[in-house]
Amino acid sequence: MEEALELLTKYGEDAKVMAGGQSLIPLLKLRLASFPYVIDISGIAGLNRIEEKGDYLEIGALATVNEIEENYLIRERYRALHEAAGLIADPLVRNRGTIGGNISHGDPSNDLPAVMIALKAKLELSGRNGKRIIDADSFITDSFTTVLSEGEILTKILIPLSTRESGGCYIKQKKNAGDFSVAAVAVNFVLDSSERVKSAGIGLTSVGPRPIRAANAESFLEGKKVNDSVAREAATIIVSESEPSSDFYGTVVYKKKVLLSIAEEAINLSYERAMVR
Amino acid sequence: MSLVKIKTKINGKEVESEVEPRKLLVHFLREDLGLTGTHVGCDTSNCGACTVLLNGKAVKSCTMLAVQANGKEITTIEGLSKNGELHPIQKAFLEKHGLQCGYCTSGMIMTSFWLLRKNKNPTEEEIRKNLSGNLCRCTGYQSIVESIRYGAELIKEKEEQQEMVVR
Ligand SMILES: Cc1cc2nc3c(=O)[nH]c(=O)nc-3n(C[C@H](O)[C@H](O)[C@H](O)COP(=O)(O)OP(=O)(O)OC[C@H]3O[C@@H](n4cnc5c(N)ncnc54)[C@H](O)[C@@H]3O)c2cc1C
Ligand code: FES
Ligand code: FES
Repeated sequence: MEEALELLTKYGEDAKVMAGGQSLIPLLKLRLASFPYVIDISGIAGLNRIEEKGDYLEIGALATVNEIEENYLIRERYRALHEAAGLIADPLVRNRGTIGGNISHGDPSNDLPAVMIALKAKLELSGRNGKRIIDADSFITDSFTTVLSEGEILTKILIPLSTRESGGCYIKQKKNAGDFSVAAVAVNFVLDSSERVKSAGIGLTSVGPRPIRAANAESFLEGKKVNDSVAREAATIIVSESEPSSDFYGTVVYKKKVLLSIAEEAINLSYERAMVR
Repeated sequence: MSLVKIKTKINGKEVESEVEPRKLLVHFLREDLGLTGTHVGCDTSNCGACTVLLNGKAVKSCTMLAVQANGKEITTIEGLSKNGELHPIQKAFLEKHGLQCGYCTSGMIMTSFWLLRKNKNPTEEEIRKNLSGNLCRCTGYQSIVESIRYGAELIKEKEEQQEMVVR
């Protein structure tokens, strides 16, 4: 770790961190990007741990997507994360790609940033001058742009512990198996004792220049019990908060239509899961 | 560019080599070691023709640098047969027509090998999900799925025979 941070500082802008390489190597192969120095951090010991500790589920940045998908704790208690991991790319890519790389790449089509938003996660960033902890939703500022400063790496993901009163899911609409999404939505609810939504987390993938928090829909849902009409209205608000653009995956109109339908489904399913204790 | 020394264990043999840091693992296997059973079918990391096992897990060798294999174990299609005898999954692909042109086949077999290690008795759905990173232009997948099912049976039979011998 020390060595990696030292090299990063030494080579500054010329250096690029590589973890699983599943985003970086395809770019380098197509000569879409090149860097004089690539610093492989995948050998840093202990940075792939997954454990509940204090108030958080802590996940090391080097945990692979496959390790997350197969982790028992995550499968039982952090459904949105479990489901998203199982829908990323294909099993071969998931065996190499890491959670840290999936988030740090800053690709608005990558699936895990939206899940981090829904789960209200925090990120630990480490540099030569120590560590800082930030909210996951302030991490990606624009397409392929993050708040990481030169010489800094993402080391840990901190997810508030899941309680019996919470429930969530990830729904992703794809064109082909193993592909990125047309649109995807992550939802997580915590309910109060009268079955009203105490806290809502909603993150969106592939419908804007960066992953989006649907903040208006969250506040609309908080304090309410979810039924069909509430879910439908919340989904409409979610669509109004999206900013998709037309591309290979579809037109703006098509993407909004897809989002409306999966958002409604995700709200209903998450509420149902939170009610089952 | 200066060369980097790496040590790997490939199909059970220790190998020491010097490679360019930017060389992809698949090129190292094919060009430096002559293991041409591992194919390259695309340049977008989509097709899985290049699948090998890295410390027992199926990965795309075109989406990894050779230097990243330092200190690790790699198994390629050449490493599956034992004493000149095909591995049961290989036999199954032959018998059940799991291939036509054969371009995707070594990758399909490596992914199946990994799957059958984790799950001795996969359902059709599990097989299809696990193959989502391996593309085939020829077969339409049905015969591949059947080959893997049959491969699972052959492996089971072989294990039972071996148990009888031990007893
Ligand atoms: C065929 C294919 C299909 C794919 N489909 C999907 C999909 O459907 N959904 C999806 O989400 N992703 C998909 N991906 C992308 C891939 O899953 C992830 O982006 C990948 O897992 C990133 O992790 P990595 O460890 O491989 O990152 P790398 O490729 O090593 O790095 C990616 C970027 O993050 C930076 N980085 C990595 N780790 C850190 C760190 N700890 N701190 C700071 N910076 C870091 C690197 O410098 C680089 O800029 C696909 C990839 C392929 C090849
Ligand atoms: S050659 Fe196509 S995925 Fe590796
Ligand atoms: S048999 Fe030809 S690509 Fe699969």
